[in-house]
Amino acid sequence: MKVTIDQDKCVASGQCVTAATAVFDQRDEDGVVVLLDPDPAEEFADDVRHAAAVCPALAITLAE
Amino acid sequence: MTSTVDSTEAPQFPAARAAKCPFDPPPTMQALRERTPLARVRLWDDTTPWLVTRYADQRELLGDPRVSADITRPGYPSPAPISDAPISFVLMDDPEHARLRRMVTAPFTIKRVEAMRPAVQQIVDDLIEEMLTGPKPVDLVSAFALPLTSLVICQLLGVPYADHDFFQDHSSTMINRDAAPEQRRDAAGRLFAYLDELIGEKLTNPGEDLLSGLTERIRAGELTRPDAAQVGVLMLIAGHETTANMIALGTLALLEHPDQLALLRESNDPKLVAGAVEELLRYLHITHNGRRRVALEDIEIAGETIRAGEGIILANDIANRDPAVFPHPDRLDIQRDARRHLAFGFGVHQCLGQPLARMELQVVYSTLYRRIPAMRLAVELDEIPFKHDGSVYGVYELPVTW
Repeated sequence: MKVTIDQDKCVASGQCVTAATAVFDQRDEDGVVVLLDPDPAEEFADDVRHAAAVCPALAITLAE
Repeated sequence: MTSTVDSTEAPQFPAARAAKCPFDPPPTMQALRERTPLARVRLWDDTTPWLVTRYADQRELLGDPRVSADITRPGYPSPAPISDAPISFVLMDDPEHARLRRMVTAPFTIKRVEAMRPAVQQIVDDLIEEMLTGPKPVDLVSAFALPLTSLVICQLLGVPYADHDFFQDHSSTMINRDAAPEQRRDAAGRLFAYLDELIGEKLTNPGEDLLSGLTERIRAGELTRPDAAQVGVLMLIAGHETTANMIALGTLALLEHPDQLALLRESNDPKLVAGAVEELLRYLHITHNGRRRVALEDIEIAGETIRAGEGIILANDIANRDPAVFPHPDRLDIQRDARRHLAFGFGVHQCLGQPLARMELQVVYSTLYRRIPAMRLAVELDEIPFKHDGSVYGVYELPVTW
């Protein structure tokens, strides 16, 4: 699974961090998403899919 | 293709809930969702915007850049007469919306919110202790829900808690959908003047809080002082009213569903508590005025064309009861996965305070019923005053005893 993010679109809802803490983080200054792991292990796949599904700004793209 | 409802037959929006089902969306709206994905509804000013009834269509439209949240555009389905008060960024489009929103998102990162958890737990513990040692019955709204959420948002914004009667009163007027326009304008004006004065003080004597952060932006020329005050008003109202309503209404819903309450009370599992918060957000959906938008271009959806300039209302409360997404949607089930709910909206305007709201609700729901396991209503359910007149739903009072 390959993950890409769009920081310009991100609205800092933080839901991706809650869904997949190992893969997503937030910038301290404005809460915008930071990608910790663009190629997450299989064990995180469901969480990452959920993160992408609940992102209100559609800022997370997955290639599987 | 769905037949377009003749606008003369368009049902009134917002509609009334059924008296015996205070937790459910209006039955006419639920029936509308079953019948058609898109319908005309009639507003207070006799306009007939589209109502989007189903989950998938609502998500699609709320994420569509051809859909505008700009209240000043012709066709915008305003819930009330538009006042001349300054407009907050929730009623603007990008890029101005994004610019202003990003100035206030820092305190709401998961990290910062988690750092507040022990302080919130302490406030919750102290308020429960006061209730346990005070007289019974007690009104859970005024003794617990409002003090908690007001204390938290005051700390975060840098607003003196001593002024809570003032801002709670004016906030509830501002979001009362039955209040006369001049009453709402007066309340908005007073809150604005109050925040403006606070910002003035913080310009000379800044602290570590959110309002002080805004004064740095003012000094840097990125934000005007009136815009800063307006952001302050928004954060203050949104920060205490909504979560307080979820605490009181959520408690009432759990008291009326004792099996669900027992699950929550008897569990030590933070995941179950977090899941219960999501399910109560879905099930209760307190922002029951719908998300209001206007089409910038013709948009094809659900077999209809929404024309440019037509108003759109996304009724998220009935989307959260869409059986295509949530099986047995009218059942409160704290063990279901409800995380896809639209209680905080969807799209770029989704609630920015949601991590804080979630954390506060997690602390409350995991503490209150364990500390007061015998809590019960002190009156009959039909004696509870519900906020049918509020743009945010809830209860005005919740007398409980144990």
